[in-house]
Amino acid sequence: MSIDPFIELRNVSFAYGERLILKNINLTIPRGKLVAVMGGSGSGKTTLLRLISGQFRAKHGEVIVDGKNVGAMNQRELFEHRRRMGLLFQFGALFTDLTVFENIAFPIREHTRLPEAMIRDLVTLKLNAVGLRGTQDLMPAELSGGMARRIALARAIALDPALMLYDEPFTGLDPISLGVIAHLIKKLNDALGTTAIMVTHDVHTSLDIVDHVYFVSNGEIVAEGTPDEVRASPSPWVHQFVYGEADGPVHFAFPAKTRLEEDLGLGQGGHHA
Amino acid sequence: MLDFLFAPLRKLGHMTINAIWRLGYISRFLVALLAASGQSVRRFSLVIREVYFAGVLSLIIIVVSGLFVGMVLGLQGYNTLARFGSSDALGAMVALALLRELGPVLAALLFASRSGSAMTAEIGLMKATEQLDAMNMMAVNPLARVIAPRFWAGVISMPVLAALFNVMGIFGGYLVGVVMIGIDEGTYWSQTRNAVDLHYDIVNGLVKSLFFGIAVTLIAVFEGHEATPTAAGVSAATTRTVVTSALVILALDFILTAFMF
Ligand SMILES: Nc1ncnc2c1ncn2[C@@H]1O[C@H](COP(=O)(O)OP(=O)(O)OP(=O)(O)O)[C@@H](O)[C@H]1O
Ligand SMILES: [Mg+2]
Repeated sequence: MSIDPFIELRNVSFAYGERLILKNINLTIPRGKLVAVMGGSGSGKTTLLRLISGQFRAKHGEVIVDGKNVGAMNQRELFEHRRRMGLLFQFGALFTDLTVFENIAFPIREHTRLPEAMIRDLVTLKLNAVGLRGTQDLMPAELSGGMARRIALARAIALDPALMLYDEPFTGLDPISLGVIAHLIKKLNDALGTTAIMVTHDVHTSLDIVDHVYFVSNGEIVAEGTPDEVRASPSPWVHQFVYGEADGPVHFAFPAKTRLEEDLGLGQGGHHA
Repeated sequence: MLDFLFAPLRKLGHMTINAIWRLGYISRFLVALLAASGQSVRRFSLVIREVYFAGVLSLIIIVVSGLFVGMVLGLQGYNTLARFGSSDALGAMVALALLRELGPVLAALLFASRSGSAMTAEIGLMKATEQLDAMNMMAVNPLARVIAPRFWAGVISMPVLAALFNVMGIFGGYLVGVVMIGIDEGTYWSQTRNAVDLHYDIVNGLVKSLFFGIAVTLIAVFEGHEATPTAAGVSAATTRTVVTSALVILALDFILTAFMF
């Protein structure tokens, strides 16, 4: 890897209240690279993005983006940081009272003084990039789930950010749009030099486009490597994930404190008389 | 042992502390809101848009209610005044009742249940669907972009709506008094004009509705912004907006009246 780190997490821990979600995470992402973070549902991937975007602060450790400690930023510095960042929300988060056009134009209008004609061109280009030119006058409620996520993607890249955070960009897409979006994400990285982190469950698509993969489980990084290393990995953990097997070191179920038999009132602990 | 004695006391104390805590919290919110209001001035079109939703769309209910309240005042007032042989004073009575009390208070109550609740629901829903977070992540302060324009729109709309309510009410009184009952038109208006003092009645009434506008809109945007981001949370917040607004309007009215008249 190159020696110009754009994002660095050093011994980062985070908890919602008492529940420890991320434990001692260390990772380095060089400038201009596209990195995937994979892991089971609830393993803390969205939380990881929230620490990088400054929505939450790490309890311990440092989150460093482009040489600046995100955890120590005040409101103005945070906004400065976010102005150069695009975030695709897991659930889109489009503004429901604005049309598709105004949604994508929103960051442009807020942060630039471009003339209306240029805004129109920019929005049209972004819409074209996600394959949804012609939808500009629709309201978000009139879009399908997959379309809404593509519009959200167009909005996130509206200002050509230096850092992109994608929270599950491929969910709900048909195979064709999935390919188009994957290609778009790759192109953004290659053409604009954007550094990007992509949280995803789509192992095979992402292995084709990313430079590096981190596997998160129970708030810890359990494996990492280039796509080729991952495919060839001897780790049973990675194997299970890449090949989607239910049995293995990853537990499919939420770590409940009681056994299923107890919850159902069966066995010795049961309440049934 | 004496728990049955102390439990209510403890509860009272708890409620008091809670109320004071909330008051402090909403004050802090107001300060942050004012600090973020620069954009509302610079991009006044944001406020205008909200004036449309909060004010213009309330016109129907304000106009109709004002008219009916004025007509009822006309009927009731005539019955009472006629008993003392002073039915000529009907116009004055209707106008003063509306300008000093009923106009500002009723318009504010209507405004709270029509526009205040809508604001709370809208902001609460934007919060629940991560729209406010998304804005924050785009380096746009939701307080400046979403909350402040709505607040100022409410503050601007309220006195105008109250004034309109008054005009419609006075017209309603006229309909009943002059057109229906047959009081002399000239007497009706001259009595009204003589009784109403510009500063004492009209300005004070407008000042009242200004206070009500600030209170109702502040409560509405605060409840929306602080709503628990779920369907149940938003609906609870909407209810709280209407109930709290009503209580605050009436309490504030008492205090303001004591100082003004
Ligand atoms: N706001 C919150 N308050 C409390 N706990 C939370 C909150 N958000 C998430 N959690 C908890 O933190 C854990 C990690 O959540 P996170 O959203 O980071 O998971 P994820 O890896 O993104 O999962 P998914 O793949 O399903 O999106 C979950 O177990 C969840 O219960
Ligand atoms: Mg997630």
